[in-house]
Amino acid sequence: MDTVCKRTQKPCAASMPRSFPVSEDKRFLLLAGDQKAQLFALLLLPLLMLAQLLAAPKAQADWELNMPVGVTEISASVYNLHMTIFWICVVIGLIVFGVMFWSILHHRKSRGAKAASFHESTFVEILWTVIPLLILVGMAIPATATLRQMYDTSESEVDIQITGYQWKWRYQYLNEEIDFFSNLTTPKEQINNQAEKTENYLLEVDNPLLVPVGQKIRFLLTSNDVIHSWWVPDFAVKKDAIPGFINEAWTKIDKPGIYRGQCAELCGKDHGFMPIVVKAVPPEEYQNWVAEQQAAKAAKTASAAKEWTLEELVAKGEQVYNTACAACHQPNGMGIPGAFPALKDSPLATKDKEGHIRIVLFGKAGTAMAAYGSQFDPVDLAAVITYERNAWGNNTGEMVTPQDIQQHLKAGQ
Amino acid sequence: MSDIAQSTSQSPSKSDQSGHDHHGPAKGITRWIYTTNHKDIGTLYLWFSFIMFLTGGCMALVIRSELFQPGLQLVQPEFFNQMTTMHGLIMVFGAVMPAFVGLANWMIPMMVGAPDMALPRMNNLSFWILPFAFAMLLSTLLMEGGGPNFGWTFYAPLSTTYAPPSVTFFIFSVHMMGISSIMGAINVIATILNMRAPGMTLMKMPLFVWTWLITAFLLIAVMPVLAGVITMMLMDIHFGTSFFDAGGGGDPVLFQHLFWFFGHPEVYIMILPAFGIISHIVPAFSRKRLFGYASMVYATASIALLSFIVWAHHMFTVGLPLAGELFFMYSTMLIAVPTGVKVFNWVSTMFRGAMTFETPMLFAIGFIVLFTIGGFSGLMLAISPADFQYHDTYFVVAHFHYVLVPGAVFSIIAGAYYWLPKWTGHMYDECLGKWHFWLSMIGVNLTFFPMHFIGLAGMPRRIPDYALQFADFNMIASIGGFLFGFSQLLFLYIVIKCIRGGKQAEANPWEGAEGLEWEVPSPAPYHTFSTPPEVK
Repeated sequence: MDTVCKRTQKPCAASMPRSFPVSEDKRFLLLAGDQKAQLFALLLLPLLMLAQLLAAPKAQADWELNMPVGVTEISASVYNLHMTIFWICVVIGLIVFGVMFWSILHHRKSRGAKAASFHESTFVEILWTVIPLLILVGMAIPATATLRQMYDTSESEVDIQITGYQWKWRYQYLNEEIDFFSNLTTPKEQINNQAEKTENYLLEVDNPLLVPVGQKIRFLLTSNDVIHSWWVPDFAVKKDAIPGFINEAWTKIDKPGIYRGQCAELCGKDHGFMPIVVKAVPPEEYQNWVAEQQAAKAAKTASAAKEWTLEELVAKGEQVYNTACAACHQPNGMGIPGAFPALKDSPLATKDKEGHIRIVLFGKAGTAMAAYGSQFDPVDLAAVITYERNAWGNNTGEMVTPQDIQQHLKAGQ
Repeated sequence: MSDIAQSTSQSPSKSDQSGHDHHGPAKGITRWIYTTNHKDIGTLYLWFSFIMFLTGGCMALVIRSELFQPGLQLVQPEFFNQMTTMHGLIMVFGAVMPAFVGLANWMIPMMVGAPDMALPRMNNLSFWILPFAFAMLLSTLLMEGGGPNFGWTFYAPLSTTYAPPSVTFFIFSVHMMGISSIMGAINVIATILNMRAPGMTLMKMPLFVWTWLITAFLLIAVMPVLAGVITMMLMDIHFGTSFFDAGGGGDPVLFQHLFWFFGHPEVYIMILPAFGIISHIVPAFSRKRLFGYASMVYATASIALLSFIVWAHHMFTVGLPLAGELFFMYSTMLIAVPTGVKVFNWVSTMFRGAMTFETPMLFAIGFIVLFTIGGFSGLMLAISPADFQYHDTYFVVAHFHYVLVPGAVFSIIAGAYYWLPKWTGHMYDECLGKWHFWLSMIGVNLTFFPMHFIGLAGMPRRIPDYALQFADFNMIASIGGFLFGFSQLLFLYIVIKCIRGGKQAEANPWEGAEGLEWEVPSPAPYHTFSTPPEVK
């Protein structure tokens, strides 16, 4: 696998300057940058496939065949509906194909078959209209019951607002005042085949959604940008997160555990890289966690008042940048030409400090640049702006402090 | 009947130049550019669609190569999204639809005993729009920011606020495709309703003609809706409106309602003519009349009518009210009834026939079995609570590829083999044709059957990389994809070989085939039925 990638990309890699101050993945952005080169590389497709096949490591995979039964009452009834309709289809299929293949075997000209002349029969035609209709009615009844149950979001004990962002999820516990983002943690090296893929490849996040078992949890779904869809197969919950709308869904988990899902609606470049991880714990553990989160939040508010040094802000800013900004602007600040502008050497990130702060806090209308003022606390915002003004040769030496951010937020757009 | 076809010169001013047919094709390239002949235009449509089929197929192979193993190997996510988008658009609008229009052009006038299509100049225009539309669409891949990357369903706001600049070219090219389709549909309707041979009542029309008549009405009903929705996108992008932008009081879900009001009838546009073709081939090679002709016609019409009231089953997860969810679940389940009637009728036609298994029949049987499997998964998808688990997963990808590839595409290939002797005057190579069938059959199942499993196990569609538990089936699907793709080159070879020579075909090369098209000589003369035949 590695040899293949090297072969296609070696010429480009050799010509790239090697003195970036930030560690980044060259192979990732080289291909992204030059689409025409990709088109030409595709001409070598069959060769590449063969090489891949020969170099393929033993895939560590299970042969999963069917829908999971899941860990909620709803997911179990959905599984039963799925299996019922499946077996109905199997039986109908066996009968229809059975007759067909029997005819193919016996009514062939080479065996001397003479064609009959019948070509209609009102009775059988009505019969095979009515029988399927009855089967469908039989199927619709349990489906309607399950659907009604799924739509009953009343009497919830925990309410969580889920907001889709390009390309991460935000979880806000409405009554507990807990608010955090959940990002993919699978390293770029694994995605680009430079490191061994681990068990939960692409299905692991920094902050899982923590919920109690045995309690009815109501989800309120919306989106900050494009349409996403929040899906955890084990709960049989899939609901679109739509900008400007609030959708409702609910679940009640029977068994503690970690449940994984993915965004199910195409939402742009990193649609495949915004997983969902839900950790279901006993109610006492959940209560402890809520208390911890609230204490941590208080500590964080206090840190905004602290005096920060340039080095501290740059170091913190690099972390924030890599979780929130690098997907579009790339780890080396070069962006993707035509889609996402470069920050390295850009006038905004080297000269216009006010403009830089404003665009990060309030976004840019009509583009993919979101308003981050409400997504991060002032410390993170100050850190990431400071980082962008000092990384990749943008050596302005300037520092933006959390206090600056608070002023701008207060002044508004 | 064949002497009717020979005496085609009708123009009195030139009839003194006796001895040869001076209404033959023009020389050189101008024949194809200026032609108003339904056979020439049919040929153009068919070749165009085959080129698009290979183009879209190459994109599918890019997708399958990237998905061969977990991790990003060949392309990056933004290019991957362009490939899935372009693959869908090209296969739907560039391959399947033009192929059916090509078959309609060739066969409908000959099947109804008409000398040509009703509106021949418009016919020329409706074809020649297409190469420009697709050249423009493909050129977006080379533009800064890349081509359309929002899926062939182009949901707003991903396709408006968040789209690459090339979206404007995409909108313009889809407009052109829509104009072409509408003109083609008008032509089909005008031909069928006005130019049938004396004695051919509506209920005596061949089923391919019937299914195309209904398809053409669907096209005229829904293509303007598509044009409307992309114009609203254009307004949102360039003229400051907010049809689909919640921030300005608009509604992103409105986009989906409008799109699928077009999109669901669209899927029947791609399958009803296929039903017609299969209803010709199965009786021909069973040497027995089609079972339940009248119920076939009524079933086709019911499917077409139902197709207008099921669109929101594509949107079960957008948060429809419970009543809406139930309505669209029930109406969708109803579609299984007329579709079932069709399958039962085909099987009853084969029952107690005297069957032989030439290539067209093999593809037709492949169609019946695999399309029915696609129908079963469609029925499963109709069950709304279960659809919450299937929606936007590979299960859906498996479903619609089963109805479109071994469905629509197999029927087109079956039709091509069935009518090749009529078009070229030669028999195709039967042995190679059988190879083509078996390779396609194995390839298509290897590609799409495992997708049911990975979809049920939880793999979302339109992702360039996936979790490790999906690895094995993805590898199988990729190998199958390459097998299926390269098998189609064999088809190209068989067709070229058949055009260039082969055993001379009789006027009716199939023992059991019926219809006016088999009463003119093979190859069909440039002009047929200048004097209408008498249908009893």
